Amino acid sequence: MATYSTNEFKNGLKFLLDGQPCTIVDNTIVQPGKGQAFNRVKYRNLMTGRVLEKTFKSGEKVEAADVIDTQLQYLYNDGEFYHFMNPESFDQYQVAAAAIEDVSKWLVEQDECTVTLFNGEPISVTPPKTTVLEVIQTDPGLKGDTVDSSGKPATLSTGAVIQVPLFVKTGDKVLVNTERGEYLSRAKE
Amino acid sequence: MSELIQNPSDPACSVFSRLQKRAQLLQTLRAFFYARGVMEVDTPILSAGTVPDVHLRALSTLVQVPGERDRQRFYLHTSPEYPMKRLLSLGSGDIFYLGKVFRDGDLSRRHQVEFTMLEWYRLGFSLFELMDEVAEIIGQILGDGRRVEKLSYREAFELHAGIGDIFNATAGECKAVLDARGIEIVGVDDDDKPLWEQLVLTEVIEQQLGRHAITLLYHYPAREAALAQVPADNPLVAERFEAYVDGLELANGYRELADADAYRARFNEALATRQTLGLESVPLDEHLLQTLAATPLPDCSGVALGVDRLLMLQQGYTDIKDAMPFGLLEA
Repeated sequence: MATYSTNEFKNGLKFLLDGQPCTIVDNTIVQPGKGQAFNRVKYRNLMTGRVLEKTFKSGEKVEAADVIDTQLQYLYNDGEFYHFMNPESFDQYQVAAAAIEDVSKWLVEQDECTVTLFNGEPISVTPPKTTVLEVIQTDPGLKGDTVDSSGKPATLSTGAVIQVPLFVKTGDKVLVNTERGEYLSRAKE
Repeated sequence: MSELIQNPSDPACSVFSRLQKRAQLLQTLRAFFYARGVMEVDTPILSAGTVPDVHLRALSTLVQVPGERDRQRFYLHTSPEYPMKRLLSLGSGDIFYLGKVFRDGDLSRRHQVEFTMLEWYRLGFSLFELMDEVAEIIGQILGDGRRVEKLSYREAFELHAGIGDIFNATAGECKAVLDARGIEIVGVDDDDKPLWEQLVLTEVIEQQLGRHAITLLYHYPAREAALAQVPADNPLVAERFEAYVDGLELANGYRELADADAYRARFNEALATRQTLGLESVPLDEHLLQTLAATPLPDCSGVALGVDRLLMLQQGYTDIKDAMPFGLLEA
């Protein structure tokens, strides 16, 4: 198994801690003039998403984690699993629904998503930054009320609910920022 | 260049404004010592011998010396201490160095491999007299009227970590302080008291030092004496201090060891530790040892101060490279 010594630590390095894949988000060298050096490390546990901190004695080693980001096409879900495919090799992957609870409302069939693989198994899914979705239900805007900036709620084809401007109607297609869950514009067909 | 300075919308303008601050600082520091009759010396950066201290890594380079078949290894100094001490032994009187030093591997928001050091030696000064001078110069540069706090190492552990007597505390007591604050450490043996003690200092105490003050932490444990005297009437502590402002270590000073035998003993101790840890051995500065053997160092205290860090604090920079024209990775 490949290992990394503390002097190889840098942001984005993927390593194993207690068997869990982690990525370094901040690495600060603590070097007292007359003392042992340490690395103060902030890292994200890729399974839980939590950011934690540990201080490593300089020279300590950690195991490298086999973690890669890959572009996969979302195919369908069968209620229990979400299915993805590598568009070049046609390899298929399935992800437990529970693992992508937070992002499933942005997944559109055929869209390419970033899927993070740990030991070849998907552990997280990042949908495209923006996506086009159809409004399946929203109340009609009140006539003349075009100044109110707070907008109104709209339910989209994937089940996501976002705030849209009053002029948006049921059946419109809208461009959405998936990171913030925000309406960007009406989509041209 | 003058065009850039006149155009405030140009990003280069802020670079030059920062460099002007730096130039002013260098000038102020020089003026401080010239006014007190302390002579500036620009000692060599390259030397055949180097520092054996386990925690310092000197860079080295190969030099073609006429008459030698193979190129000879010379080390870049990590501080001008050894040649300055030779000058003191030879009768230079009070001296200071203001210039670059190099420490391999040190790169963070508070460290650069190449940085500017102010180091000076005062004949006949006690540790406390030198601490006063360090506080005076830092106070003058920062100019914000902050108070001066003198805190012994033992008092700091009591005040900021709740350890009453650090010299007799156990590894477990030190570790408990870190555990209580949720600080997780990887790679330190449970019974390694000196290292747990160091971690309490760097992870818990340091950030509390120099708050609205210039804190002078003094009387370090004797095992961290480096080249400081250990007083006969109190062999637990070394005559060594560090200065802190806003949690940042700014200066490190000693009441200096005087005779060659003491130097050789401390150097050999460090070389033995290097061997135990599997680090490569380094050649000692034999010129220093020979000079001291002929004439011991006069009674003096000396201190090294990080100039880039001082500018960081004066200007409120969060990364040390903002205090320099270019950082290592931009150079």
